[in-house]
Amino acid sequence: MSVYAGPVQDLIDELGRLPGVGPKSAQRIAFYLLKLPTADATRLADAITEVKARVAFCERCFNIAEGPECGICSDPRRDTHLICVVEEPRDIVAVEKTGEFRGRYHVLQGAISPIEGIGPDQLKVAELVARLEPEDVTEVILCTNPNIEGEATAMYLSRLLKPLGLKVTRIASGLPVGGDLEYADELTLGRALEGRRELEPDGD
Amino acid sequence: MQLYRDQGVVLRTWKLGEADRIVVLMTKGHGKVRAVAKGVRKTRSKFGSRLEPTSHIAVQLYPGRELDTVTQVDSIDHFRAIRDDLDLLARAVPLLEAVDQLALEGEPNRRLYEMLVGALRTLADEGSPLVVPGFFLKALALEGFRPVVDHCVSCGATEDLVAFDEDAGGVLCRSCRRGGAISPDALSLLQRILGGQLGSALSEPPGPASHEVEVLATRLLEHHLERRLRSVDVGLAG
Repeated sequence: MSVYAGPVQDLIDELGRLPGVGPKSAQRIAFYLLKLPTADATRLADAITEVKARVAFCERCFNIAEGPECGICSDPRRDTHLICVVEEPRDIVAVEKTGEFRGRYHVLQGAISPIEGIGPDQLKVAELVARLEPEDVTEVILCTNPNIEGEATAMYLSRLLKPLGLKVTRIASGLPVGGDLEYADELTLGRALEGRRELEPDGD
Repeated sequence: MQLYRDQGVVLRTWKLGEADRIVVLMTKGHGKVRAVAKGVRKTRSKFGSRLEPTSHIAVQLYPGRELDTVTQVDSIDHFRAIRDDLDLLARAVPLLEAVDQLALEGEPNRRLYEMLVGALRTLADEGSPLVVPGFFLKALALEGFRPVVDHCVSCGATEDLVAFDEDAGGVLCRSCRRGGAISPDALSLLQRILGGQLGSALSEPPGPASHEVEVLATRLLEHHLERRLRSVDVGLAG
C-alpha cells in the first residue's frame, strides 16, 4: 500500500531494490534525500547516470572500464606475458592492493557452479583462450576463490590450458597471517603443509 | 531456545549479504536444515573450508524462525579426493542436488542421510561409475517409487524384458513394450542394484551398460521430481 505521494513512493520503491536495503531503510534514505540540498541530490543523480553511460566492460579482460580497454590493459608498463584469472572485477582490486603482480588480468565474470547450472559456456573462458596466442602469454595464474566453485573452475581451466604448452599456476592455499593454528580447518592446514617451503638461512 | 547438535552433509550454499552464507545441510536427526553461517566468506572465518558442499560435518546450531544459525563446526570428512578431482566432483554434485530435492525440512530421514554419506564415501574411495545411478535408484526405492525390474509391469512376464518406461515405472516385455529400449546387460545391472547386490554392481568396470543405467536412473529421478537436475549436464567433462 502506498501511503506517500507518487514521486516519493517511486523513490522508495527504487531504493528498496538495492542489495541489502529493505523497505524501512529505503524509506529512511528517501527522506534523507528529500532533505538534501538540490545540488547534492543532483550530484548523486549525475554520478549514477554518468557511471551507466561511461563505464562498460573492458574488451580484452572484462574488467570494468571507461572506454574500450581498462586502465590495466592499456598500461604499457604491464607485463603482457602474464595473465591472472579472477572471478570478479572486485578481485582485481584485491590482487592489485598486494602490489605483487605486474601482469594483466582476465575476469571470468563468475565461477563454474554445477548446482546452479553454470558451466564454462556461461563464463568468459573462450575469450581467455583467444587471448593467449595473440598476446604471447607464457603463464596463466588461476586466482579464483578457494571455495568449491573456484576450485572447480581452476581445475577445469588447468585441464583446458595445460595442453596448450604454457605454464599454469594456482595461487597457494595457506594460513591467514595473524591467525591461530588451532582454528585452522583441516583442509587449509593440510594444503599449507603440502605447500611448505624451505627457509633460507638469511631470512628471505 | 536451545542450541542443538547434529551431523550432516553440506548440500549447497548461497551467498548472503557481505560475508555470510546460507548453507543447506542434510542432517542425521533433523532432516534438511537451512542455516546461516555468519562471516564464512571472510578469509579469517573460523569455519574455514568446513562449510563447503560435499563436506561431512558435525555442527552446533541455534534455532531461528526461518533459518538456524551455525555456531560451531567440526569436520568429520571433507572428501578431499572428490574436491581435488573435477570428474568426481561433477558426479558428486548431482547426488547433492537430488538429496536437496528429495529431503524435507524438519522431517528427519536418517536412511537418506546414511545413503548420501555412504555414496560420497564410495565415490571418494573407488570412483565407481554406478555410485550416482545406484544412489538415485535406491533413493527412489526409499521414496516408495521403486521401479519394477524383474517382471513386465504390464503382463507380469519374466522373460524377454526389452524396454523401460518411466511412466509405467518399470521394465516391459517385447509384446507390451513402450518407452525406451534397454539392453540385457543394463537390465542385469538394474536387477543387481535393486536386488541387494549393490556391492557387486559397483565393482563393474565402466562400459556402455553402466552408461545406460546412468542415463536411465537420471531420467527416472527427474520424472519423479518433475524437474530437471541442473547439475547433470554442465559440460565439465572435457
